[in-house]
Amino acid sequence: MDQFLQHLLNAVMLGGTYALLGIGLTLIFGIMRVVNFAHGELYAFGAYTVYLVVAALGINFFLGLVVAIIAGALLGAVIELVLLRPMRGADIDTVMLVMIGAWIVMQNTELLIWGGVAKAIVTPFSDAPLVIGPVSISWLRVFVLAAALLLIVTTYVLIHRTKLGKAMRATFQDADTAALMGVNIKGIFTATFAIGSALAAAAGALLGPVFLVTPTMGDLASLKAFAIVGLGNITGATLGGFILAFVEEIGAGYISSGYRDAMGFLIIIIVLLFKPTGLFARAERVG
Amino acid sequence: MKQFAGTATLAAVALAAGVAAAAAQESIKVGVIQPLTGAFAASGNYVANGAKIAADEINGKGGVLGKKLELVIEDNKSNPTEAAAVAEKLIVRDKVPVIMGAWGSGFTLAIMPKLMEYKVPMLVETSSAGKITTSGNPYIFRISPPSAVEAVAFAKIVDKLKIGKADFLVVNNDWGRGAAEDFGKMFKEHNIRVGLVETMDPPAQDMSAQLAKIKASDADTLIITTAVEQLTLIFKQAAALGLKKRIITTGGSQNPDQLIEQAGAAANDTTHITFFTPWNPNVSADPPMAKAFVAEWNKRGYPFAGLTESFRGYDGIRTIAAAIAKAGKADPEAIRAAFWQIELSGMNGKIKFEKAGPAGQESGQSNPGIYLIKIENGKVVLPSV
Repeated sequence: MDQFLQHLLNAVMLGGTYALLGIGLTLIFGIMRVVNFAHGELYAFGAYTVYLVVAALGINFFLGLVVAIIAGALLGAVIELVLLRPMRGADIDTVMLVMIGAWIVMQNTELLIWGGVAKAIVTPFSDAPLVIGPVSISWLRVFVLAAALLLIVTTYVLIHRTKLGKAMRATFQDADTAALMGVNIKGIFTATFAIGSALAAAAGALLGPVFLVTPTMGDLASLKAFAIVGLGNITGATLGGFILAFVEEIGAGYISSGYRDAMGFLIIIIVLLFKPTGLFARAERVG
Repeated sequence: MKQFAGTATLAAVALAAGVAAAAAQESIKVGVIQPLTGAFAASGNYVANGAKIAADEINGKGGVLGKKLELVIEDNKSNPTEAAAVAEKLIVRDKVPVIMGAWGSGFTLAIMPKLMEYKVPMLVETSSAGKITTSGNPYIFRISPPSAVEAVAFAKIVDKLKIGKADFLVVNNDWGRGAAEDFGKMFKEHNIRVGLVETMDPPAQDMSAQLAKIKASDADTLIITTAVEQLTLIFKQAAALGLKKRIITTGGSQNPDQLIEQAGAAANDTTHITFFTPWNPNVSADPPMAKAFVAEWNKRGYPFAGLTESFRGYDGIRTIAAAIAKAGKADPEAIRAAFWQIELSGMNGKIKFEKAGPAGQESGQSNPGIYLIKIENGKVVLPSV
């Protein structure tokens, strides 16, 4: 029982960041129909930005998080303006190839700048874990979960309660009609990619200190994010993040740790077989 | 005019090729395959830097057979497919007569069929899966100890550690699973019970699930086999879970100083089987050589933490140079034959190849010593065993 409780706690901690990764990718795919292979690189970019701020410049970790999120949004906007805007109307496969190219270029740029040796980010949190009865968890991960939940709620509010969010939803439903109603479609696309990228950078910035920062750290992260996107809309991505974490934990704990990373994809195959529109999709929609 | 330009280009290419061929005669090429990027980039770069120090030292003394050693270093990108591809490139395009590589067992195993195909020998400096030397590949010469040899060496001190029951957490590849098998076998012979054998994927970052399971077991000791990056994460995550078991790591790719720097207090009270002791070169098999190597490493400004990996590249290139000198020519078959005849001192004991694997097509295996070190209060201590 103690072991099960620990697995459950681990899953909740992990789920928050999976959800953050998944939401960013879902937004971009949902609104722009762009399969963003560079998502994992924005995750790594966020982690390296925090490393730069904390280790190289010696500035506070929390400020580093804010800087990483803003830098992620800016980089996302630049990618949209330079790579995606000229590609508008192009085939989804063509755009996919462009994003794969961006992924390779970004990863190798990180390698060139930072080298292959893993970096560790020092945080102000104590090494001593938080112990609750039979289970324990590090304070850093508690903070990461709280920050992830805050970002998820912020994104939700942004989409459902703001004018920008309304325009994003309108663009998703019918881009041409939205344009006729006076929505600046080009601006919406840039904003969407910037927000999605900021969420990925935030996830990287939060998980960088939990794990290690390496140029290839984004590969596994984007693989997980793709698994979550398979689950549908934003609500689906949020719950999907937690479900994926839970399945991985229980699978590794009670079935086989060797197949841990395969568990998530097993779920995707099952979902695609029985509910191809996504786990929580009513009709196809973003919000 | 167009035709003239074409001819001129052709002439220039031919001239360049001629110059390149002349330069090649001045040097002997040695292929080096390491993971310079990807998950194991840190270790691979350390080994490559150790190799460069050896080559510079040899060339400073006049080279081999009157020619300079030229290292052609290729990146296997921490990927077995890439490892096989760059091995082919080194053999076919660069025409190297001998290779050193390829750090991970998975990478080395992927290259081995290419060695048979092109009949080029490879010195294995790090990989420790047993089957590398037992699968009947006569082009393999290994200076790193396979898990079985490491387990046998560890057996001499294991009784003193008073282990009752041990769990394993190993990386899910030939290296990790081989270690779990060989150490498990040795433990049973010493009446130590073996509990869980948990695995993790090489790029995995979150091992909390495995650790939660291990925390709940009744074993008193946890044996871990993986590289430094994953070890750092495991120590941090184990501390967060409040895992209170003795931890012993195997495989020699722990870079204890990097562990101390990146895992902090979580690395305290862990024990490690290493193959080189840069903290105290006097304990090494050849103290003057070890001191000189550590001094040169520091002089070049490389991180101290890399020494427990880089010595492998240093020993590897020295072994290859000795074999080329013995062979008398830079020819793959002559070098292969010469590997069997050479004997030199390495950082962790004598390097001399013994026959391993099926009769008629044996691989060469050298049997070095091991060292047991412990991290206490953020410092490496060498227990007197």
